[in-house]
Amino acid sequence: MPQPSPTTMVPIVLTINGVRHELSLAPWVTLLDLLRERLGLTGTKKGCDQGQCGACTVLIDGRRVNACLVLAVARDGADITTVEGLATGDELHPLQAAFIEHDAFQCGYCTPGQICSGVGLMQEGHAHTREEIREQMSGNICRCGAYTNIADAIEDVIARQSASREAAE
Amino acid sequence: MNRFDYIRPDTIADAVAALAAFPGAKALAGGTNLVDLMKYDVATPARVVDINRLPLKAVEDTADGGLRVGALVTNSDLAWHPQIAKRYPLLASAILAGASGQLRNAATTGGNLLQRTRCYYFYDTSTPCNKRVPGSGCSAIGGVNRIHAILGASDSCIAVHPSDMCVALAALDAEVEVEGPQGRRIIPFAQFHRLPDHNPELDNTLEPGDLVTAIILPATDFGRHHTYLKIRDRLSYAFALVSVAAAIAIEDGIIGDIRVALGGVAHKPWRDRNAEQRLRGEPPSEATFLRFAEDVLRESEGCGQNDFKIELARRTIVRALMQATRGTPQDQSDKVVR
Repeated sequence: MPQPSPTTMVPIVLTINGVRHELSLAPWVTLLDLLRERLGLTGTKKGCDQGQCGACTVLIDGRRVNACLVLAVARDGADITTVEGLATGDELHPLQAAFIEHDAFQCGYCTPGQICSGVGLMQEGHAHTREEIREQMSGNICRCGAYTNIADAIEDVIARQSASREAAE
Repeated sequence: MNRFDYIRPDTIADAVAALAAFPGAKALAGGTNLVDLMKYDVATPARVVDINRLPLKAVEDTADGGLRVGALVTNSDLAWHPQIAKRYPLLASAILAGASGQLRNAATTGGNLLQRTRCYYFYDTSTPCNKRVPGSGCSAIGGVNRIHAILGASDSCIAVHPSDMCVALAALDAEVEVEGPQGRRIIPFAQFHRLPDHNPELDNTLEPGDLVTAIILPATDFGRHHTYLKIRDRLSYAFALVSVAAAIAIEDGIIGDIRVALGGVAHKPWRDRNAEQRLRGEPPSEATFLRFAEDVLRESEGCGQNDFKIELARRTIVRALMQATRGTPQDQSDKVVR
């Protein structure tokens, strides 16, 4: 049986860190390679490239996902936030500030993925205890073993957010 | 990754036609398994049919009190869905025992059913594997086989099905809704996945062009008497060595309807309905459950490095049934097994 001929280019639109991008892409390009190789957004890291380490975690429509396992064309129309898009001007995202405060990294390679994953976890709203934070962060591997301080940073921001919510009520 | 024809249909009929036109065509949903397999050249589809635009994202009530879950509902959305948490906590628990937060956000209900084994040799294209290249041989038999099957294996393949969600679906007697070139049909869960026999390249009973469109959950309610107990090499984000989905209806201190499905031990979620039947009418106790575990595992067979799984399965079945009897399901965050 004859096989179909490969698709060459697919036109898509992605909003990345608030900027609209009209792109023409081969369908086998992953979101991770698009971000790093074509758009120069190298904050998102390539670790294992197979969904095991979490270094490539980004937020797609507000939800944390491994960018290495996403074909970019399959997310046509999506709103993507990478670590470069978390701060507001010079003001760090509260979780970025907490990572510095709690010394939540050593080499820093897993950090962008850890922070994006932590932001996604907080938006999901299912982690209320330290055990739940650790369990729900298990998709991010840190070879330096900074887990204790990473969990501290996330726990701290969640506690501050719920305290300010209570104060507002 | 190989080069492929990429199609993004808007209707189920167009998707089925696009899949049926080429035997090597693959449906792409969340991509968490297919993209991984394509990077390793384990899957080299000539055509990828992106089904993400199909209207398969609803969770809705069925006429007979059950729930129909669209194939594109993500694992996260399903696990945290209020109706699933309330009526099918065993399913929610099994989903949350698997993968990671990021993967569950992308992975879908249909894709979870169709994920492939994590046998090392299946992934390693430099070694023989009957599942990847039919007739090439099995490298796991006589090789590194610590994670492999103890039930239902053949001399062609000793791989195990990797899903947690499917173990719960097997216990719940779910059904799989399929749309194919000949129309729609329903496959009982027990008949969806298959044992390897002499054609392990077939994981399930789907025909070319078939598309999984939904999972149907029956109305059954086991109250608090259920658990998903997963034993693995590390506390989180690892495939099961052995897992048990257990649900019991206890009436006047006597076992009524009982369901026990095992993960990590066979080419499909493993249930022994005869052994379950023999347990009915007995009082729930550790001794009764130990006898049941031995009954379920009577034909289990190790292949060297995985011999430990037989004893592990025996103990996990008993622990799970005790948890279900007490009405204290395993907590998937606090990993202490009580």
